Amino acid sequence: MTDQTEGYSAAAEVGQFRTRRTWRQRAWIELKKAPPTAIFGLIVIAGYIFVALFAPLLAPYGEAEVFPQSYAPWSAEHPLGTDQIGRDILTRLIYGARNTIGLAFLTTLLAFFIGVSLGLIAAINRSWLDQVISRGVDVLMAIPSLIFALMLLSIFGSSALSLILIIAVLDSTRVFRLTRSVAVGVAVMDYVEAATLRGEGLGWVMRREILPNIMPPLVAEFGLRFCFVFLTIAALSFLGVGIQPPTADWGTMVRETANLIQFARFDLKAGLTPLLPAAAIALLTVAVNFVVDWFLHKTSGLRDEH
Amino acid sequence: MHPVLRTVLQRLALGVLTLFIVSIIIFASVQMLPGDFAEAVLGQAATTETVAAFRRELGLDQPPVIRYFDWIGALAQGDLGTSFSGRAASGVDRSREVAELVGPRLMNTLFLASMTAIIAVPLALFLGITAALKRNSFYDKAVSTSTLTTISFPEFFVAYILILLLGTLWPVFPSLADVSREMPFWDRVYTTALPALTLTLVIVAHMMRMTRAAIINLLASPYIEMARLKGEPPARVILRHALPNAWAPIAAVIAFNLAYLVVGVVVVEVVFVYPGIGQLMVDAVSSRDIPVVQACALIFAATYILLNLIADIIGIVTNPRLLHPK
Repeated sequence: MTDQTEGYSAAAEVGQFRTRRTWRQRAWIELKKAPPTAIFGLIVIAGYIFVALFAPLLAPYGEAEVFPQSYAPWSAEHPLGTDQIGRDILTRLIYGARNTIGLAFLTTLLAFFIGVSLGLIAAINRSWLDQVISRGVDVLMAIPSLIFALMLLSIFGSSALSLILIIAVLDSTRVFRLTRSVAVGVAVMDYVEAATLRGEGLGWVMRREILPNIMPPLVAEFGLRFCFVFLTIAALSFLGVGIQPPTADWGTMVRETANLIQFARFDLKAGLTPLLPAAAIALLTVAVNFVVDWFLHKTSGLRDEH
Repeated sequence: MHPVLRTVLQRLALGVLTLFIVSIIIFASVQMLPGDFAEAVLGQAATTETVAAFRRELGLDQPPVIRYFDWIGALAQGDLGTSFSGRAASGVDRSREVAELVGPRLMNTLFLASMTAIIAVPLALFLGITAALKRNSFYDKAVSTSTLTTISFPEFFVAYILILLLGTLWPVFPSLADVSREMPFWDRVYTTALPALTLTLVIVAHMMRMTRAAIINLLASPYIEMARLKGEPPARVILRHALPNAWAPIAAVIAFNLAYLVVGVVVVEVVFVYPGIGQLMVDAVSSRDIPVVQACALIFAATYILLNLIADIIGIVTNPRLLHPK
């Protein structure tokens, strides 16, 4: 920007001041203005990522290590007790962060890859291809996704791979709708037409011309979609048809330790044990929602509050 | 033809078409089953004759189009097929009719869903409308923040917190909602209190937020400002000007959330061991009992489509712009 200026220009000088701030400084300024809920959300998300990345270092025992005493109470040896076959609950909570979040993240990425690609193609095409994809998506969205996922899982069997594929395809329908609706407005812009006229391929127009201009709603949608996928996987695992044991996973853990809740009157800590993995799920979704809310306020008037 | 009638008929036709395509998808799911499925159901020891008989019963020796129309025809007469469970390799057939399994459980689920709806809908509308009218007040912020938090909670988290508090620590309600057919009405209400309360908490949050957004959107329209500026009293602005246009978004919000209830009911039924159709479906998925899964999926999908259709139609019928065409 600066090396092209000739002579004095006020706009360039103002521009210079703006470019002098690195993205790090700008991020810091934004952070200082952020509401407390968003800061809370960011800290919680950072904590979860840290735990997920360093799970083997943080966990006191191995993921599937079995101890003789099942349903052990909270103690120094097992800070949160053990589950129905004697596995340390704290260890499985820590590994659960890695498995549950990792799986949900991969699924969301795949859903976005499918949804955004199809959405951009439909928005550029605007004729029979758009009609075919859109009507197909309408039908898929007419079936509640949890019910559809349950049906498909009963056919293909429960494995991590089928779980990722099924949920990614079902959720890509929502991503497709959003992408198509925002990209339709951008696809008719002059600069897109210019790119097409100078002979750029479909891939270039999608990635370099349209995608950068529809980023903010997509980023916000990524956060919300992640929450939704995360809750769906947790619900399916809780129902016993999602992530299969011995992989540690929060939804499955709630199911496995649910019986302990009956003993809450005699030992409150035991009664709280099944709530811990559920609370871990809830806290992360609350945190992501807070951050997304803040992001939406900042980038656009998508929400009514300003 | 009156434009309202025409639009309504169009929507109805679209709904029937969607239902038709959905039924094809659900039917086609059986096609995707692995080839050795008969052996898997009947067990390793199944003789060739039993397998062949089973395949014939499923109609796997006939072209898919004919099978689809057989299936949909039987369905129209209330015959949902026969469950896979209870079959043995020796050819002894102790399986039950799917309709017989689904019927009473569907009643239980409808009972739970309507009980939730009766509590949740008025509560959510009241909270949403008052929050929208007193926008940005402390009340609005408190309600909005707390609902944003409960939206993020998985259903089973809310359910177990309620069990812990109201089921075990202070045993007010039974923590297992084990209803039977002979139970008197109020006993039934008492037993299903916790599942209904869980669903209410989950659904009120969604419904309240959507109502609030819809009403705020509406109050920002120019004709509301016009009505205020010409000096109408606030009550009249709300009742005469805002409300006629608010029916469509409110109906949409209610239908959307009742449709959401259809999905939420699955997890909640499993938590409270409530003998409803959601639990039946989860059990059938675990044992890969395809006819039962198909029947449940079709019921859920049909309810979902129907609710959305009703919302659409209410939106069209109450739309003042369509009622008084130029």
